[in-house]
Amino acid sequence: MQRGTTSIVGIATDGCGEAPGFSAIELAARASLKAIADAGLEVDEIDGLFGILPQDPFGTLTMAEYLGVRPRITDNNRTGGSSFEQQAMHAALCLEAGLCKAALIFYGSVQRSMSRKLVTSKSPPFPYEDTYRPFNPPSSYALAASRHMHEFGTTQRQLAQVAVSAREWANLNPEAFMQGELSIEDCLNARMVSDPLTVRDCCLVTDGAAAIVMVKNDRARDCPKPPVHLLGGASATWHRYISQATDICTTAAAESGPAAFAAGGCTVADVDLVMLYDAFTINTLLFLEDLGFCGKGEAGPFVESGAISPGGSLPVNTNGGGLSCVHPGMYGLFMIVEAASQIRGEAGARQIDECDLALVHANGGVLSSQSTLILGSEMAR
Amino acid sequence: MQSVKEIGPEAQYAQYLRSGRFMIQRCRKTGQHIFYPRVAEPGTGHDDLEWVQASGFGVVYATTVVRRKNDSESYNVALIDLAEGPRVMSRVTALEPGGVKIGMPVEAFIEQQDEQSVLMFKSVEGS
Repeated sequence: MQRGTTSIVGIATDGCGEAPGFSAIELAARASLKAIADAGLEVDEIDGLFGILPQDPFGTLTMAEYLGVRPRITDNNRTGGSSFEQQAMHAALCLEAGLCKAALIFYGSVQRSMSRKLVTSKSPPFPYEDTYRPFNPPSSYALAASRHMHEFGTTQRQLAQVAVSAREWANLNPEAFMQGELSIEDCLNARMVSDPLTVRDCCLVTDGAAAIVMVKNDRARDCPKPPVHLLGGASATWHRYISQATDICTTAAAESGPAAFAAGGCTVADVDLVMLYDAFTINTLLFLEDLGFCGKGEAGPFVESGAISPGGSLPVNTNGGGLSCVHPGMYGLFMIVEAASQIRGEAGARQIDECDLALVHANGGVLSSQSTLILGSEMAR
Repeated sequence: MQSVKEIGPEAQYAQYLRSGRFMIQRCRKTGQHIFYPRVAEPGTGHDDLEWVQASGFGVVYATTVVRRKNDSESYNVALIDLAEGPRVMSRVTALEPGGVKIGMPVEAFIEQQDEQSVLMFKSVEGS
């Protein structure tokens, strides 16, 4: 994948929050059509199809039929929430190689209306963990949090600050599902799910769909909106199950992050916006550390200082994140949409000043799959 | 004449557990212990593995309590570093679930749950 040869030219979401009466593919198709229109393309110009419908192993085939497109390349790659960051890289490679000319990446879920439970897909049995009935995914992340607290003195109050900062951003985003005041005490007094994580340390269970359209740069110039360039990307996987993680306080983001920065020709200091996959509050701390925004073990005090809240030194998860904005099972594509909105300058009340370079870091499984993208404006390219 | 049917390492592990033994694999080439049971050593692909009896001793690496509405039904889930090296998920019993602490020395035992033989841990006496 070469630096800045492909761009995101269309973005959209649909049905974020609650969408009773709709099916997953209906939301995903509506988001897709909006993204295609946003890109100034016709539906039948889509010839590369990437994405996931959570309950459908053949999601791209179903979507091709539903939209009436005839893709020359499809990719259902499933690494959990980070699937879409990987698919964006695959789409870039396919565009560069001429395997397709216009790539659509989609996701849609009605998880909230269907079940109100955090179920994304059936995993095969794994007796070495299942036997002990961890309440997953929260328990796996709770184990990581317990260890982070033990090794670095991280506190529940610091975890709570991640949720509070996310809510403060959500309060600036009309699309965010959770609105209103949230205090540290509210978080600390919330129902414990899996120690040390309370329900406020856990992401939402919502409905929602997102879609993006990618083309090569030469074509992006003809699209109506300013292109958001894919400057770099990298992924890394070190384990599948939490019991097999070598060091649960250091994720494979420590590998994907530096590789993505190298590919993008930039450093931590160049980043204007950071989107981190906050399925749980501990994620934000781990990724801030592993990506180099602070030292290992220092993210607790860093967030406690207000650094990631609106007005802080580092804008993180400006849409309100998975904690307060939207989390329909897999959240990775919504992060790309938010980063692109910010780079375009379309983020309304939560718009940050001069957003030319955004880092999007997604997580899949139980801290298993880590995928980092660097997105940039024309200025950053 | 008895025909010997080959079974995979997952079934072999379960069979050992049913017979009251906590066995783990060791790679003859590297000497590394392996858990969960696999057909080859992860990272090298070495398939010259042998089964050895685990000492059963370990130390709690991470711990959580899965909370239930009725708190008397809340239970512990822990990651335990075995003395031999590998890490396992299990439950430390005979303590309040929240009383399980990181760094606590623990010892394995096999508990019969209905039809299943389950690897569990208890805190080491006197620790």
